[in-house]
Amino acid sequence: MSDFLRDYLTVGIFGLTGVALVGLLLGLGSLLRPTRPQPQKYINYESGVDPVGTGWGQSNVRYYIFALLFVMFDVEAVFIFPFATRVDAYGWFGLIEMGIFIVVLALGLLYAWKKKVLRWV
Amino acid sequence: MLASLWQQLSDSPVPIDSVDLAWAGLAPVMILIGGALLILAVDSLVPRRLRPGSYALATVLLAAGAMVAAVPLWQRVQDAERGPFATAAGAIMVDGFSVFATFVILSAVILAALSFDGWLRREEMDGAEPYVLMLLSASGGVMMASANDLIVMFLGLEILSIAVYVLAAMHLRKITSQEAGVKYFVLGAFSSAFFLYGIALIYGGTGSTNLVRIATYLSATVLGDSGLVLAGLALLLVGFGFKVAAAPFHFWAPDVYQGAPTPSVAWMASGVKVAGFAGLLRVFYLAFSTYRLDWQPVIFVLAVLTMLVGSVLAVVQTDVKRMLAYSSINHAGFILVAVQAATAAGVQAALFYLAAYTFMVAGSFGVIAVVSRKGDIGTSLDDYRGLSRDRPVVAFAFALLLLAQAGVPLTSGFFAKFYVITAAIEAGSSTLAIIAMITAVISSYVYLRIIVAMYGAGDDVPAPRTIPLPAAAGLALVISLTVTMSVGVFPGTLASLAERATPVLIPESDPGAVDPSGVPPGP
Repeated sequence: MSDFLRDYLTVGIFGLTGVALVGLLLGLGSLLRPTRPQPQKYINYESGVDPVGTGWGQSNVRYYIFALLFVMFDVEAVFIFPFATRVDAYGWFGLIEMGIFIVVLALGLLYAWKKKVLRWV
Repeated sequence: MLASLWQQLSDSPVPIDSVDLAWAGLAPVMILIGGALLILAVDSLVPRRLRPGSYALATVLLAAGAMVAAVPLWQRVQDAERGPFATAAGAIMVDGFSVFATFVILSAVILAALSFDGWLRREEMDGAEPYVLMLLSASGGVMMASANDLIVMFLGLEILSIAVYVLAAMHLRKITSQEAGVKYFVLGAFSSAFFLYGIALIYGGTGSTNLVRIATYLSATVLGDSGLVLAGLALLLVGFGFKVAAAPFHFWAPDVYQGAPTPSVAWMASGVKVAGFAGLLRVFYLAFSTYRLDWQPVIFVLAVLTMLVGSVLAVVQTDVKRMLAYSSINHAGFILVAVQAATAAGVQAALFYLAAYTFMVAGSFGVIAVVSRKGDIGTSLDDYRGLSRDRPVVAFAFALLLLAQAGVPLTSGFFAKFYVITAAIEAGSSTLAIIAMITAVISSYVYLRIIVAMYGAGDDVPAPRTIPLPAAAGLALVISLTVTMSVGVFPGTLASLAERATPVLIPESDPGAVDPSGVPPGP
């Protein structure tokens, strides 16, 4: 067996131990705990409140546009914050690059705005 | 506060070693991306609707402008003194191969844009979006064809694909278009994941994602355990195979081609396929030429399967778009035959085939876009009965394009198939050549079936109807027909261009040092 595969053997043993440990604990728990089934216990857990509707309930498809716009700003922030902490290091090169980046994303926002995506209907 | 910012910007303590960019080498991509953003901005800012057709005109002009920008590149890479060059820290390679592929992709953009114009007006969907998406997609395709690094190739692949997913789902009122978009997106995302994992494995096996470094590493080192590299290659092949619709990764193609808007399909079948094969050739033929004996049999099997599936299943179809979808799978099989040869002649044959095929298939789908009715329906074989009476010119053009796809002499399709089969025989795979010829005969039945439907007389010919032929679509038809016929009569020009479009591997130069090819670092 090559060194390379031996390295992965560790990963394999680690994985097997993990699976065995989970199985052991769950099995032990099912042996030791009392079993008193109630219908309430089979309801989906939704942070303490009773769930509304079914699991197949549909949400408004328009939300995906908000999600998309959110991702746009999110990605922008991910790149701008690290850049802002090191403005001095990147100099004009960085400022121009970041300007291009923001302009391209702003074009997307402009497009969404003009297509009346931002208006709540 | 501004003063302190100014101060900070002006005396940067750490010099950033920015990468040398040969902007001229990136000009086609830059024109496509900049143009797409410009069209989007104009569409958002102009309050009134522009005159119909302005976006199509802008797209054609942008693609033509990118072609003009690529002409000096072609002269530069063909020049014995200057030659091909790598730029962006060796991530982008500008050689004859990439410039040739750029020209073919841009031709596909022009043809699809011309076909889009009339189609969008008929469907009352005129707007900038399809053109923007197509330009962005084309920029990804060009990036893929000139990628010298697997990561750049993946970026190109994603830019290319994501725009095409949207193009497939563009017809909002048509449920099959939505279905096509979702199907293509889910399967495409899956294949992208395969591709990325392949890159990861190859990085693990060779220590680089740069094609030049991979090739140098593999030629200098004998790997004791080549499992990683082979697994990575297999996964990359899945990614490419999906993009070019090679069996057994072709299942999306008929459904997507049938449901997606016809001009989008014209782009999907031409431009996307060219980009996919350009990437495939660059990775397999160039970077992994030392593993030739390992991947050639795999491509052999893929080619046989693809050609058989493409020709045999096309026979039982009754929808013209599905027929042409299977026929495009068959064409992909033919190009795989050329890839399998893994010789310079094979690359030349593949490029010739791709160039000829682009005009044939974009023209054919242009005809389908014209003949279909509002709502993008009316693509079954029965709708083509009596076309020779209703629109004799369109029927004649379609017949010629179909004959070209079948590989009839005096058309570009004949020489495309001829060069592929010659390359296969020279590389010693006559079995593959024989199978290719047999499937060509089987699939010619499909083309003849459409021609018979168009020209046939009898009781089942429906009542005459008027088929409007938009000027732009007519122009696209004229262009594709002219190229198909003139290449069929004088194949020498295109063949010599394809011959000079050799892909090369040039080691990246040290920043600041003079490139070994004699190209001074970019301006």
